[in-house]
Amino acid sequence: MNAPRSAVIVGGNRTPFVKAGGAYAEASNLDLLTAALDGLAARFGLAGRQLDEVAGGAVLKHSADFNLTREAVLGSALAPTTPAVDLQQACGTGLETVIYLHNKISLGQAEVGIGAGVDSASDAPIVVTNRLRRAILAANRAKTVPTRLAALSAIRPAHLMPVAPQVVEPRTGLSMGEHQAATTKRWGITRQAQDELALASHQHLAAAWASGFFDDLVTGYLGVTRDGLLRADTSREKLAALKPVFGGVDGTMTAGNSTALTDGAATVLLAEEGWASANGLPRLARIVDAQVAAVDHTAGDDLLLAPAHAVARLLARQGMSLGDFEFYELHEAFASTVLATMAAWESAAYCRESLGLPDALGSIDRDRLNVNGSSLAAGHPFAATGGRIVASLAKQLHAHGSGARGLVSICAAGGQGVVAILEAV
Amino acid sequence: MATMLEQLFYSGPGQAVAGKLGLPEPETLRRGRVNPSGPVAVTSLTGSSLGSDTLALLGVAASAALVDDGDEPPAYPARLGALVVDARGLTLLPQLEGLRAALRPAVKSMEPSGRIIVLADDEVSGLEAHAVRQALDGINRTVGKELRRGATTNLIYVRPGTGATDLASTLSFLLQGRSAFVDGQSWTVGPAAATSAVRERPLTDRIVVVTGAARGIGAQIATVAARDGATVVCVDVPAGGEALAALTNQLGGTALQLDITAADAGERIAAQVASRYGDDARIHAMVHNAGITRDKLLVNTDAARWAAVVEVNLAAQLRMNVALLDGRPGGLADDGRLVSIASTSGIAGNRGQANYAASKAGVVGLVRALAPELAGRGITVNAVAPGFIETEMTAKIPFVQREVFRRTNSLGQGGNPIDVAETIGYFLDPASAGVTGQVVRVCGQNLVGA
Repeated sequence: MNAPRSAVIVGGNRTPFVKAGGAYAEASNLDLLTAALDGLAARFGLAGRQLDEVAGGAVLKHSADFNLTREAVLGSALAPTTPAVDLQQACGTGLETVIYLHNKISLGQAEVGIGAGVDSASDAPIVVTNRLRRAILAANRAKTVPTRLAALSAIRPAHLMPVAPQVVEPRTGLSMGEHQAATTKRWGITRQAQDELALASHQHLAAAWASGFFDDLVTGYLGVTRDGLLRADTSREKLAALKPVFGGVDGTMTAGNSTALTDGAATVLLAEEGWASANGLPRLARIVDAQVAAVDHTAGDDLLLAPAHAVARLLARQGMSLGDFEFYELHEAFASTVLATMAAWESAAYCRESLGLPDALGSIDRDRLNVNGSSLAAGHPFAATGGRIVASLAKQLHAHGSGARGLVSICAAGGQGVVAILEAV
Repeated sequence: MATMLEQLFYSGPGQAVAGKLGLPEPETLRRGRVNPSGPVAVTSLTGSSLGSDTLALLGVAASAALVDDGDEPPAYPARLGALVVDARGLTLLPQLEGLRAALRPAVKSMEPSGRIIVLADDEVSGLEAHAVRQALDGINRTVGKELRRGATTNLIYVRPGTGATDLASTLSFLLQGRSAFVDGQSWTVGPAAATSAVRERPLTDRIVVVTGAARGIGAQIATVAARDGATVVCVDVPAGGEALAALTNQLGGTALQLDITAADAGERIAAQVASRYGDDARIHAMVHNAGITRDKLLVNTDAARWAAVVEVNLAAQLRMNVALLDGRPGGLADDGRLVSIASTSGIAGNRGQANYAASKAGVVGLVRALAPELAGRGITVNAVAPGFIETEMTAKIPFVQREVFRRTNSLGQGGNPIDVAETIGYFLDPASAGVTGQVVRVCGQNLVGA
């Protein structure tokens, strides 16, 4: 039996996140991911070094970017002999890449690698209509000029309109915001509670920037040196003045307590613990365990509450309870997602009926929640959010002291959720 | 407008006019680890063999210098690459004639970017000897202004007990293109307890930390240190991280995004070194390059402008030195190097730069005080004082004013960031153990502050 292997978070690097259409409007996923990898390479002296693997992904992805991560590696300072893989699980992508590498490292298939994610809502792929696509493909198959012309003659002006991607669930036709609006209503999450959470997110992120917390987590890109969505001066009053954008006129979800479309990339460097020590790399935190879960939103389940299920299973497997963590990172897709998730854990009825638990899972100390801000303030470039959270949490845990534990919870489209436990080395 | 004027000035017709006005095209200076192309001549005025011994140690073949002792000065058969005059032991005013006699034929035959190097005693006794010692400085400064086509002259005062091994790195630096923009200067070299041989890549397996490394002179300092074999830790403010990362990846070091005015900046630098390179790792050289300007006439300078410049340019390095010198893992090694950036503004004063001049003159004071304090640990402390260097910062000066700054030195041009970096590289060289407490101007013998 070999000595047990343990994957540790060495550190991370991300670009500042900015609102879609802003400073990164001309930057592609490839540009952003390459920049984030280069900043990581510089921080840890990886230029010219061959790593075992880089796992990365994007949610809004051009078909030409089938090998996005590998191409980013080739454009980066890393050795071109570093292999790469693209993964995708909607907003869970970033955390899944970290789990993927953790598993490989734990199994001895790798010593060191990078988990990464990127999304550019500015550079989203625009596709042609299905009818135009079918007509062109038919013309392409035609062997004679007349049949080719006949195939093309099927094209109508309306078919020429480009189709922009939407954050819509294919099986329900509802946007994520509309789904969440239903969840918000069902769980009775108030506008005030949502705005409070959004305010805390901005205040925490602003404080983290002011204290230099991100000095070794973020590298500027295209002249941007701080997260562009952060509003350090926002207030209850300003948030309360915003009009609802989801849930109709009586809705409680606004642009202030929902995440904006964002551009950015994030990376996390992982290594086998002994390898990291031998190679002069920091060891911030171990990944203890991870879990993925899904709900059936097509049958009416809350679309974004799958993490509630994943956490329940993860805690059961680890023999831990919800209160066993120094820090909690619940991704703020919407303020009400975080609040509904916590409400679900506090609800004995939900925990019994939906999670199969004997009683409520419990509540979490709000002072330990998203202490350095989360997606409402930082923004949410879908696949990059996991990397942002993991690197920041690992640093926070390490500063807190050896053994400190943190829980990461990320909801994803398709009724999915991915969660993980980190523990400071 | 400034750019158009500049383009016109440097165009063909523009240069013809400039030539008529007595503004010749600047000489392209010899740079890098390149010796003079012509022969090297050496002479000793009173029998000291230090000059010829040091040349021999460097493997530089040298012939006897010609001496002017008749009506017509003798002519060298070929353009002279360099003249080394060992003027140690000079105590009497008539002995200065020997220097004149050696310089006259050499100056006449000097190749472009040629070198004159004069060695003299640092410690002398007697009134006449003191007068002679200072007279050498006057001669050196004057010859600097008379030499043409990028040739330079410099004067090295040698402390008692200094051997060829102690002097070798200085002589090598002065002969080579590395000293291209150092002209008309004098500084002192002394004996060192232990000195390394002069090598092509003297910083191999050594860690060099450079603050303000993201761009300009700092980037060039890091680049030269890496060229000389160093593992570089490039430090700059988080906002400069993008350029910092690109440079670091190019040089193969590690980047540290850090505001050096943070109270724990020194501790964080040491922590990064210990973390990346092991608890036993020590910094060979700390280059305090980061600096800012907040120019205003004193009457318009408020407390904030004053404090920001003094804090970044001076107070921060004082604090960092305390942490780096306390023996912690990742701190400065014994036999290490501390280098700061002074400025001709600090030496001469500069209109609109009271805060900057304060900080840069303060650097000079710091270097002089810290050098003897750290001598016992073999740590040297030195500074460079750049004159007009072509950087993004100086490119913002209006063209006419900039052209004046450029031209008002003996080499008739601005220096390049690499000239500052090479001089710092000379301080960083393990072979420069005998060079401490010195402030070397890299200014092409600028009229300002002379």
